[in-house]
Amino acid sequence: MIVEIGHFALVLALAAALAQAVAPFWGARIGDEGLMSVGRNAALIQLTLIAIAFAALVNAHLTSDFSVLNVAENSNQAMPAIYKISGVWGNHEGSMLLWVLILAIFGGLVALFGRGLPNRLRADALAVQGAISLAFLAFILLTSNPFLRLVPAPFEGRDLNPILQDPGLAIHPPLLYLGYVGFSIVYSFAAAALIEGRIDAAWARFVRPFTLVAWSFLTLGIAAGSFWAYYTLGWGGFWFWDPVENASLMPWLAGTAFLHSVAVMEKRDALKVWTIFLAILAFSFSLLGTFLVRSGVLTSVHAFANDPRRGVFILVILAVFISGSFALFAWRAPMLKQGGLFAPVSREGALVVNNLLLTTACATVLFGTLYPLALEQLTGAKISVGAPFFNVTAGALLMTACLVAPFGFSLAWKRGDLLGVVQRLAFAIIIGAVTGVVGAAWLRGGSVFAPLAMGLSIFVILGTLIELVLRVWRPGLALGAALRRALGLPLSFFGGALAHLGLGVTLLGHSGLGFGAEAIATLHRGAPVEVGPYSVTLDSVGQRIGPNYKEAVAELTVRSGGAVVAHLEPARRAFDSRDMTTTQAGLETLHFGQVYVAIADPAPDGTVPARLYWKPLVTLIWLGAAAMALGGGLSLADRRLRFGAAVRAKAGGRPLAQPAE
Amino acid sequence: MTRRGRRLALIAVSLAVIGAAAGLSLYALSGSIVFFLSPTEVVQKAVEPGRRLRIGGLVKPGSLVKSPNQTVAFVLTDGATDLKVAYQGLLPDLFREGQGVVAEGVLEAPGRMRAETILAKHDERYMPREVVEALKKQGRWQEGEAVAKP
Repeated sequence: MIVEIGHFALVLALAAALAQAVAPFWGARIGDEGLMSVGRNAALIQLTLIAIAFAALVNAHLTSDFSVLNVAENSNQAMPAIYKISGVWGNHEGSMLLWVLILAIFGGLVALFGRGLPNRLRADALAVQGAISLAFLAFILLTSNPFLRLVPAPFEGRDLNPILQDPGLAIHPPLLYLGYVGFSIVYSFAAAALIEGRIDAAWARFVRPFTLVAWSFLTLGIAAGSFWAYYTLGWGGFWFWDPVENASLMPWLAGTAFLHSVAVMEKRDALKVWTIFLAILAFSFSLLGTFLVRSGVLTSVHAFANDPRRGVFILVILAVFISGSFALFAWRAPMLKQGGLFAPVSREGALVVNNLLLTTACATVLFGTLYPLALEQLTGAKISVGAPFFNVTAGALLMTACLVAPFGFSLAWKRGDLLGVVQRLAFAIIIGAVTGVVGAAWLRGGSVFAPLAMGLSIFVILGTLIELVLRVWRPGLALGAALRRALGLPLSFFGGALAHLGLGVTLLGHSGLGFGAEAIATLHRGAPVEVGPYSVTLDSVGQRIGPNYKEAVAELTVRSGGAVVAHLEPARRAFDSRDMTTTQAGLETLHFGQVYVAIADPAPDGTVPARLYWKPLVTLIWLGAAAMALGGGLSLADRRLRFGAAVRAKAGGRPLAQPAE
Repeated sequence: MTRRGRRLALIAVSLAVIGAAAGLSLYALSGSIVFFLSPTEVVQKAVEPGRRLRIGGLVKPGSLVKSPNQTVAFVLTDGATDLKVAYQGLLPDLFREGQGVVAEGVLEAPGRMRAETILAKHDERYMPREVVEALKKQGRWQEGEAVAKP
């Protein structure tokens, strides 16, 4: 019964989405306030209905109602409750439902907090949002319905793919979707601004909080996914330039560029057309990502289903929304009034360079991802474009972007003094260069990337810190005065600084990999194996039984110079329900680095084949990403940027005029 | 600087970045593209030893030999042609005899390959798409054999 209610609610949501797509748009054209306000109510009703549908599906999974096909295929009574819940989005149908739920949540936020906006702009934006919702709800109901019944109901479900039964993967999809779908608001508002033919700083102020939310969650989502890959796939790698990973990286790159250019637009009223372009681009990449992952074009752990109808359906959605918005852009963008001049050497100039580098990097990732697909369609030749390609292209461009970051952060708006900035950053430049040279000497002919990245990361971190300190304190300034200055600075300044620090920290984590060690060995009881500065010894091999699996566990001791520093328990988990085994790596964090051991099935004679790694600084990769997301959150807490603060800020703003932020 | 000068500066910088990206892409493409072939195609196209390749097929039942130091040898087949593969390292979780895998590595001699990476699918329900297609080409594929539709 509850399942039918959910199904029915989803159909009603489709009707609400239709109302939301049509009424406010028509109202805005004929100037009917009543019709325009339909959009707000429809968005809230739609949110309620989709929430009911989602709750019904969660309930079916929690109560293991195997008469629902979706539950029978992806759940199992023996699974812990957390995986029963994450199983809701651990499959194609459920994850699409989560997608539209998040879309509706963002639509609801606009409805609730968009009161200060011009009526027509809000109406148009809600209409576009409604149209996206309409397309995806139709997709779910027609091709991917999670509420289909199964007769007769089986006694036991098939279980969730064991590799997805992991805390990292339980949170990865919701985080990623909050990011992907969050850019839909930006897209809707860009489309609305184009329809209106007018865009100003108030637009930027309203859109920026949504951008920050989307960007921060996307950052966390990508980091969670990469951390998951790192410890469950057992290869010790954290980024494989897999097409599915690229699909999430592209919106992140476009979104990062947008985040920077919207700041220029808000502060200086410049780069309007470019900002609109990026707004459309960011969500287009989100849609492309959804298409690549959901259509079965790519085979991967994410490609749950290979139903060709779904692929065609999403491709149509993709084509309509991307080509439609770019056509609108081509038609209306020339009408937008340009404003805000600036010298090439200025913060705006640096942000333009940042934007160029990020979008070009994004273009190379797009090329590398789609080229094999296109080539196969055209010539039938199957190729793979792997890590070496992306490292040389996107990697080099992104490292250049890192190099520009501290300069941009220190330059003044409008007209900057490059020489002065270089002098201010001299300390960071010198220390960074020294680090790079020392690193290169240490590795003696190893990879070029590691010392380069390490020097660069030190430069980014120190450069950001120098700017942070100088903004607050000058030599001779009393502590109290410095504190007052710090309190006077907007939170978004500290948010930006934290995000840049996070960038440096992530890069530092990457560079550590060049200094690591790796060993493939068969472990014999009591015989130590060296990996980097540590030695690993096998103590015993045992068996353990979990709720829905059995595992073979190797007990290992890690020693450094004779002293015991850690115990590891890498395991091989066998899941009966799917006749599948997974690798549970044994990990220990030591000084931000990790000792990482993955094992294969223990041999009958008690020896264990294993792969051992020492990965210095590796945890910094994810800590840095967390710092970036936290920086986004800090900016969001800035009271000038809170949801709906656009109009109030326009009237007064902060009395203390800040020279640059 | 005049408005025109600024615009020229912007265009110059854009062209420099895009040009650099295009140059890097072409350079990287020439060095890092790996072709995917089936064992039969390796023979048909007379691929020279030393080339980096990805080869997809089934692990021939009974061919897996495990040696000390985690060195393994097995035969990759598409039904028509066999290819010997040598590999050192941990095999992926879903590596089984009779299952579809993709081996990436260097062709040492005709019919023999040293693999650096072995890929198997994350889920027993699916096969690498390339393997399915390689098998279809050989007429060895039966619909519903491995990709059990729900």
